[in-house]
Amino acid sequence: MTAQMERLKVDNVSLTYPGLRSNEAVVALKGVDLTIESGEFVVALGASGCGKTTLLNLLAGFMSPSDGEITLGGKRILGPGADRGVVFQKHALLPWLNVIENTAFGLKLQHVGKAERRERATRNLALVGLQDFHNHMIYHLSGGMQQRVGVARALTCDPAMLLMDEPMAALDALTRESIQELLLKVWEHTHKMFFFITHSVEEALFLGSRLIVMSPRPGRITHTYELDFNKRFLREGNARAIKSSPDFIQMRETILGIIYGDEREVSKELIHV
Amino acid sequence: MSSFALSLVPKAKAARAGKVYGAPGDGYSGHISIITALVLFGAWFLVTEAGWVKPLFLPSPIAVYHKFIVAATDGVANSTLWEHTSASLTRVFGAFFLACLTAIPIGIWMGVSRIGRGLFDPIIEFYRPLPPLAYLPLVIIWLGIGEFPKIFLIFLAIFAPMAIAARSGVKSVSIEQIHAAYAMGGTQGQIIRHVILKAALPEIFTGMRIGIGVGWTTLVAAEMIAADRGLGFMVLNAAQFLASDTVIMGIIVIGVFAFAFDLLIRYLERLLIPWKGKI
Repeated sequence: MTAQMERLKVDNVSLTYPGLRSNEAVVALKGVDLTIESGEFVVALGASGCGKTTLLNLLAGFMSPSDGEITLGGKRILGPGADRGVVFQKHALLPWLNVIENTAFGLKLQHVGKAERRERATRNLALVGLQDFHNHMIYHLSGGMQQRVGVARALTCDPAMLLMDEPMAALDALTRESIQELLLKVWEHTHKMFFFITHSVEEALFLGSRLIVMSPRPGRITHTYELDFNKRFLREGNARAIKSSPDFIQMRETILGIIYGDEREVSKELIHV
Repeated sequence: MSSFALSLVPKAKAARAGKVYGAPGDGYSGHISIITALVLFGAWFLVTEAGWVKPLFLPSPIAVYHKFIVAATDGVANSTLWEHTSASLTRVFGAFFLACLTAIPIGIWMGVSRIGRGLFDPIIEFYRPLPPLAYLPLVIIWLGIGEFPKIFLIFLAIFAPMAIAARSGVKSVSIEQIHAAYAMGGTQGQIIRHVILKAALPEIFTGMRIGIGVGWTTLVAAEMIAADRGLGFMVLNAAQFLASDTVIMGIIVIGVFAFAFDLLIRYLERLLIPWKGKI
């Protein structure tokens, strides 16, 4: 498959949640344009209510846009499918299956033979560092390990892109950092399209090769930044040094300024209501 | 003032090592239950042996035991105790398995489909609170007095709680688990079979426990339908002759079988659903 084929294109997409009455309709997204090329790591950042989860749900096919269209490799997205893996905020693994069964579950749904299921799941578990936990039950793992199974599971179906909805929101700071680094290594190794949502500016800057900043009311993309902190990490390997470097800090403050501006606007509106 | 208020607060003991401080009702209670049973049995023995209560109202444990031996060897009401018991077990378990085969799929269907829910909700919710004795005459008129109407009456009683449990079990699956399966290329049928049904298992088991319990309580009503054998029939028959020792003996036998089966389901639950309550 060529890179051209795998391109994801969001073309002038809007989504309006219908309210009970016509004047209660909420415009979650308005006129969003976005193109993700193969091998890109796109991070969406924004204050709550800016429509970033809505955008991810549209890409996953869990929702349909009210206007515009989304295509992957030239094919219009009409529903969820195995070409787009999803990692959720809460792990959403199946507690009656052990680690390797969870990882191979998608292949089972696609009637892939047992030996191949095992082989591919083993490979992806090794990729997230869980090669020694094949037979553990999900509820015996820590939160960080559960999310790593979630990533391995989403990769095992070999999707063109991986969609992640704040997968580290529930993890502690230390685990978060180590999984950020792991995720970059997985990205480098698989070279798939990654679409990642977060509300942590530092995480967004560290992970993304492109950062889109979204604003609420109506949800839209207001700023786009090309970044290379992730490549720097993959080259040099010292995450702390990158996160404390002057250009990283300067970037962080700029983006915090944008987001805080949005937050203040939202709270003003709420007070006027 | 403040010292008075403080004196009303029960003095809490420090938690033992490895225990959680202040968790209400914490700890093992089995030995207390055994003492309760022994005390009740002792009181029964005492009041009957001392002659404080007439045997007609409460026969002594020894009399009940003798009745048990007689029933097991010579039989009461034209059958041995084992014949009564096997007749009742066949009815209760026949109804139970019939209910498992129908109520679980229908309950799941009610959970996943608005058509299923719309079809069965009014039927189940209407007949569920009715006492079985109220529709017993209809069952006899429609189905006669053979073996099937007895099983059917018990089946009706088990069906409703089991279907309701399976239906609410469907709700214990999270939308993320369903979305994850769709995003791995699952079809709707696969998701119902591999995700929803599994997620509903803990509640299905609870429904089975409630269902079999309700089944036992309906046994006597079912054996009012021209039975000549069965534990319920044996008790009803004994009541007509004021044979309270047979009544108590029958009650104990029903209780022992019901309790034993409940323990078996609980054991299977631990074996088959180790993830229950852990996620």
